[in-house]
Amino acid sequence: MTSRETTLAAIRANRPKGDFPLPALPAFAPLVGADLVEEFGERLKRMGGRIEKAGDPDPLAPVRQRLDCANVIASAVPEIMGNRDLAAVAKPADLEDVDVAVVRAAFGIAESGSVLFTERELIVNSVAYLAQHLIVLLDPAEIVDTVQAAYHRPEFADSAYAVLHTGPSATADIEGVLIHGAQGVRSLTVVLLQRKIKAA
Amino acid sequence: MSADDLRPNEDALHPDVQPASDESARGQDGQRLQHAEAASKPIRAPATREPQPRGAKIRGDRPIDQAEAAERFLAAPLHQKAHDERLWDVRKKRDVATQAIPEWEELRELASQIKTHTLSHLDEYLEQFEAAAKANGVHVHWAADGAEHNRIVHGILKDHGAKTLIKSKSMLTEECGFRHYMAANGIDIIETDLGERIQQLDDEEPSHVVMPAVHKTRIDVAEVFARTLGTDPTNDDAHYLAESQRMTTRPHILQADAGMTGCNFAIAETGTVVTCTNEGNADLSGNVPKLQIHSIGIEKLIPRVEHLGVFIRVLARSALGSTITQYTSHFRKPRAGSEMHMVLVDNGRSARLGMEEFWTSLKCIRCGACMNTCPVYRRSGGLSYGATYSGPIGLIIDPTFNKRKYSTLPFSSTMNGSCTNVCPVKINIHEQIFAWRKVLAEEHQIPLLKQGMMKAAGAVLSRPAAYRAAIGTADSALRALPRFAVYNPLNTWGKGREMPETPKQSFHSWYKQNRMKDGAK
Amino acid sequence: MRIGLFVPCYVDAFEPEVGIATLELLERFGLKVEYPYDQTCCGQPMTNTGCHAEAAATEALFVKNFTEFDYVVAPSGSCVHQVREHLTAIPQTDAVKAVRSKTFELVEFLHDVLKIEELPWAEFPHKVAYHNNCNSLRGIHHARPSELNAPFFSKPLDLLKKVRGIEIVDLTRPDECCGFGGTFSVFEPAVSAKMGYDKVGDQARAGADYVVSADSSCLMHQKGCAERLGLPQKFIHIAQVLNGAVA
Repeated sequence: MTSRETTLAAIRANRPKGDFPLPALPAFAPLVGADLVEEFGERLKRMGGRIEKAGDPDPLAPVRQRLDCANVIASAVPEIMGNRDLAAVAKPADLEDVDVAVVRAAFGIAESGSVLFTERELIVNSVAYLAQHLIVLLDPAEIVDTVQAAYHRPEFADSAYAVLHTGPSATADIEGVLIHGAQGVRSLTVVLLQRKIKAA
Repeated sequence: MSADDLRPNEDALHPDVQPASDESARGQDGQRLQHAEAASKPIRAPATREPQPRGAKIRGDRPIDQAEAAERFLAAPLHQKAHDERLWDVRKKRDVATQAIPEWEELRELASQIKTHTLSHLDEYLEQFEAAAKANGVHVHWAADGAEHNRIVHGILKDHGAKTLIKSKSMLTEECGFRHYMAANGIDIIETDLGERIQQLDDEEPSHVVMPAVHKTRIDVAEVFARTLGTDPTNDDAHYLAESQRMTTRPHILQADAGMTGCNFAIAETGTVVTCTNEGNADLSGNVPKLQIHSIGIEKLIPRVEHLGVFIRVLARSALGSTITQYTSHFRKPRAGSEMHMVLVDNGRSARLGMEEFWTSLKCIRCGACMNTCPVYRRSGGLSYGATYSGPIGLIIDPTFNKRKYSTLPFSSTMNGSCTNVCPVKINIHEQIFAWRKVLAEEHQIPLLKQGMMKAAGAVLSRPAAYRAAIGTADSALRALPRFAVYNPLNTWGKGREMPETPKQSFHSWYKQNRMKDGAK
Repeated sequence: MRIGLFVPCYVDAFEPEVGIATLELLERFGLKVEYPYDQTCCGQPMTNTGCHAEAAATEALFVKNFTEFDYVVAPSGSCVHQVREHLTAIPQTDAVKAVRSKTFELVEFLHDVLKIEELPWAEFPHKVAYHNNCNSLRGIHHARPSELNAPFFSKPLDLLKKVRGIEIVDLTRPDECCGFGGTFSVFEPAVSAKMGYDKVGDQARAGADYVVSADSSCLMHQKGCAERLGLPQKFIHIAQVLNGAVA
């Protein structure tokens, strides 16, 4: 017998006695208030992320401000022209010199302050980890209230890779001291910016 | 250790947790942050050099002497105090996070029911998962045990001529002895979780499922990094140490031939592997090298994506007191031009499913909450258990791997039950500890001395006359009956505590003298 | 109503005052309380060590001694927990099941069965730290454990609040185990003692003059630890306080 058959046979032979039905999931009332943008921002900040409103008159001002001192900029959004073409990256490790990456989130979650990306938003997945800093554009209309609601979104079933980012890479493995930028990005800034142009 | 060594000298045993320089990261509004596994307040061991206590002595299959290793941990009071305070702090953060959710207890019940359902239909869900993964273009492998897991992964690496592998933390690969196997086969394994990397460089096992190096102080880490990474041995700044690790690990990440992750949840419906990390290192392992491998314990299955809406909500809150981990990653299909493998590992799980009293331990989602709350664990250190899994969950899982070697572990507990109450999937941990003791006694896996004492106690306690004789006269009580309670041949009670005074008379004799004069029964 | 008083072996041997206080307290409520003279122990030392076969005869004796009563009352949460949850080494006859279900710990008997309203004789003008014995807390549900998201309640504190002059002080780790753990205290003495030191240190820092608990075994362990450390607090069973003990 193969190990597959051995394992499955053992599981069948050892099936626990009793009836264990799969429970239906109730829809729990959201823990957040009606202002999802406010709630999202508060929770994101608690998780080490930063939040900025769109600039006025230039909506992209908060983004540009953060790009000023960056040498290598990889942009996965049409609003920003970077100087590293993600479509032309030969291998994921080549993005190791990126200072700032700009990406758009598929949606945000108010309960946790999270944003979701798939391979469609990132173009090259590694950019969200190898870059030193990450700027995330999020349409304030695209924030769901709860984690439970988020898992009813289609991205989890139709993408190769889907990831929730909640603030930057973090560790406190040394005496509980919180440090951002353990292995991934050192900062994550969400800029609330309406989705005007559909991403490719 | 003498009793004097245990005496809490205020300076030694209660070093002030030093808030003077608070190094933790701050948020956008300047507020002190405490997400991830961060402490809610600075918990810094004094900068006094104290050799790091090491774990249990492993002597083949001989029973682990957890008590001996714990005593050595206690003999390092700076380490012990920092460890206890740190983990208690995580427990308190967990309380705050869970109190903030009105449906918390309902979520625990749902999580438990989803897991028991899945485990009782595990064959169907595994087949569904396999079919979905294959349809996604993933190579699916099955390993009956740890050795086969290691051989399978080694085979995949050989097929690709891969010599280096970066990985994120996985208790399953610890279980399989993966790192040691690969080292012997000339494959370079680089752990990318900071805590796990510290442990790898120090050639130690992780002492905690979520915080692998929680038993180490920053001075210990500075020593390990100076020795292995060439950092400044006199610099124990946590930021410096973490940054040094980042800078030295990154070249490995960029050049690795393969990447590996463990698995927090495997979704049968979609064939997805879900990992939860704070560092983003699972995402680096899965997204940088051309070859990605995910090792999955078969008990990690859950039926559908929507069930993550329960598990993701309970996991980080239980583990860290955070709403969510920094990264919740869902790996479903290989990237263009890369290859993705999943290895489904049994390693004793299907057999455990048939253990009527213990199968529900398979519900465990490895959050570590039971360890954080366990008063014995916090005072013993995870390495004192001499096993992959330490703390309360370890006590009930480890004996399924080796009944003789881990026969002592279920006794390293006061069975206070706090573990059961914090468990997000409602495993009756302390009741399983109790049940394991019975199994081990029946199978004569407990010391003869202990069983002999219990037999003697049972003989006295089941015979009223013998019992009264034992306690009846004034000071015979300490010598005779309560050997099991206060006095054994080693007088271990008296080492750390004063003996109770012997009263003038027992209740029995008081009652006889004062209430039975009239001849009433 | 016939009440059978069970005085656990270690109370019998080391803390007879607790047995006396329990008896007197129950009698203050006009109850007829009997003490079956042939009683010994509930079997807990053996079963907690896994040695169920070795506990069988002791368990059988316990059932024999208490079969005839309407209620069995004991001043010990851990022994009552043993009887209720773990007295399983002997065949579960109707008589065994009946004894197991009618055995009550003193606090719950006063609180839930007698539903007492006042204790006019009780005055204890001291600062008191209450020690929740783990079996009482999580085994027989004396109070809401700190781990659970549920409304707070505490039967022992409800009773102590009826005692004049008492002041309850708060511990930083209100329901952390003190490290007694039955045979754990002798088989893992270093950790047991350290847990005890931390517990009595917490009590001392909270300014407790007295530590009150529904279980003498924890108190005996804590007293041994406090004496070793030279800490000043005293230890007394809740039965004694409720019975009007004058300190």
